[in-house]
Amino acid sequence: MIELISVLMPLFVGAPLMLGAVLFVIPSKHPLQQAIGMGSLLAVLAGAATLLAVTFDGTVVSHQVALWPGGIAIAFVADSFSSLMLAAGTLVAVISFLYMMASGESKSPAIPALVLILIGGVAGALLTADLFNLFVFIEVMLLPSYGLLIFLSRRGEMAASRLYVVVNLLASTLFLAGVGLIYAVQGTVNLAALAGAGNDPATAIATAVALAAIAVKAAVFPVHGWLARAYAAASPAVAALFSGLHTKVAVYIVYRISAVIFEGQSAWMLAILIFASLTLVVGAFAALGENNMRTLMIFQMVSGIGFILVGVALFTPLGLTSGIAYMVHHMIVMGALLLTVSAIEHTYGSGMLSKVSGLRTREKLVTAAFGIGSLSLVGLPPFSGFIAKYALVLASADAGAVIIAGLLIVTSLLVLASMMKIWAEVFNGKRETDVELLAARERIRTREGLYEDESISEEAVEQEAALAIEHIDPPRGILGVDDDPHDHHGTRVSVMLIVPALMLGGLSVALGLGGEVLLQLAEQASSGLIDTSDYVKAVIGK
Amino acid sequence: MSLALSVGLLVAAGTFLLLQRGMIRIILGFVLLTHAVNLLIISAGGIARRDAPFIGGDTSMAADPLPQAFVLTAIVIAFAITVVMATLAVVSRGDDDDTESETQTDEDSDSVSKRGESA
Repeated sequence: MIELISVLMPLFVGAPLMLGAVLFVIPSKHPLQQAIGMGSLLAVLAGAATLLAVTFDGTVVSHQVALWPGGIAIAFVADSFSSLMLAAGTLVAVISFLYMMASGESKSPAIPALVLILIGGVAGALLTADLFNLFVFIEVMLLPSYGLLIFLSRRGEMAASRLYVVVNLLASTLFLAGVGLIYAVQGTVNLAALAGAGNDPATAIATAVALAAIAVKAAVFPVHGWLARAYAAASPAVAALFSGLHTKVAVYIVYRISAVIFEGQSAWMLAILIFASLTLVVGAFAALGENNMRTLMIFQMVSGIGFILVGVALFTPLGLTSGIAYMVHHMIVMGALLLTVSAIEHTYGSGMLSKVSGLRTREKLVTAAFGIGSLSLVGLPPFSGFIAKYALVLASADAGAVIIAGLLIVTSLLVLASMMKIWAEVFNGKRETDVELLAARERIRTREGLYEDESISEEAVEQEAALAIEHIDPPRGILGVDDDPHDHHGTRVSVMLIVPALMLGGLSVALGLGGEVLLQLAEQASSGLIDTSDYVKAVIGK
Repeated sequence: MSLALSVGLLVAAGTFLLLQRGMIRIILGFVLLTHAVNLLIISAGGIARRDAPFIGGDTSMAADPLPQAFVLTAIVIAFAITVVMATLAVVSRGDDDDTESETQTDEDSDSVSKRGESA
């Protein structure tokens, strides 16, 4: 069984890439596009779940590509940490794709193909045990991302796409230089052969160059600024997809390199701890100052990266366990929140706090999705956020970093404050008639395929709005006189748009109630990071 | 030594160009920067203490093939991304941040915020 799985492992990369290529040949409106896209994402998810089941007892599955002897071959290797990451990442991708199908975005040319290629790259980056191959797979991840960002952004957003390309290319170039330096010092870029090499100062510095590059991709303070600008310009669904994949793969690499090359040496971990705690505070404060739902969420993402990195910086068994648990929780909850915001933006055409209001009485499902997501992000029981954050605070206190433990709690209050800001403006505010007009304008825009900067006549908008009120919200007063314009219960966000967010929210509840499972998975994953000998043995093959 | 100097020179020139405002200059900056990294990787193979392969027959002194394979891969990737960036430069010339910014009118800031960017 394990033999078979290990032989099939390169398919995690190969199959999505090949199917992506096939999708480019199929005409773009053909229903097969959606079917193959969703089908292969589900297949990758099933494969990742199988890997997770196999590696759960501590087995490390590896495959030497082309059956070269270990050490020379470029190995694919899966331990419980990489399988967990792959499973969680693919799950977020599946649900984001579900949203894209509901919103019609996946029907744009080439989108399913690009998503598949992206998944292939993510799988490669998570499973490879070779630093140069890691660079290649990061590029495989990034190229379709440029496409997704550009194709699905609205007109006039090229500046943000440029920023994204330039920042990521610069980081990749720096990473490549780091890999080159590691090769110069050690004569190998095989991760297993580099195990413990961080004791040598020259290797440590070379690895630090590579880690600095990865920090840019993970959006760690002070190099987090690009994230908000680039993701805010993307289509909201793409932002959800990227949040579960790009930054988290970068964080995965930080975990892996810290464990294998540095073996958790305290001097280096202290550096990570400082940047992690700065990231979590700065992200939370920046989110507080935003006046747009999406950028607010993106800064929450930055803050979350800080939380996750605290786990690896502590480098105790409990610290790593809680860090990994937080990472899984964060991928799911950020996905839920970003997809909720996506649904609102898609329907009302704006995510500005000052423009959209009064959703609480009107959009029950959206309110539920936001409520679950935000409470989980803050860290209240019974959601997954509580389990993960509680473990993380305990771990910091346990490791003697009481200041960090306090910081985590204070930051959670800041997160609560920014969530309340959204709640007060978007959900609890009284519904103004403007919101109806916003929704109507967006419907016309979608129907006629207009861009943001193309004007629509006010008359048409008012007509559309009146039509919607007539159909969905008949006046409730006697004789057709509207007695309370705020008391309408017809929804504007279609159910299909909000279901994906609710699915992720439900998962967060499930992981919160079954916190044991989440922590067990994370504990198994972290044990492979503390004792890397199984990993090394599987890659070198001796 | 000459390799180290050229890497330094290329990085300096590339960084200078990256900090310019026009996209074309940024692209050229990246071309120089990736060349610098490629040279760095080549020098990681220890070219000072090794000879050309297949000449003399002493395999222990033959050039290290691995960095050359790395560089070949890196060149291909850099080429692909240069093409992407060149496309971006052509498609969105108006986004070049190379003119002095004018004061934003109310309407401008409105349309900007609608697109999701906070002012």
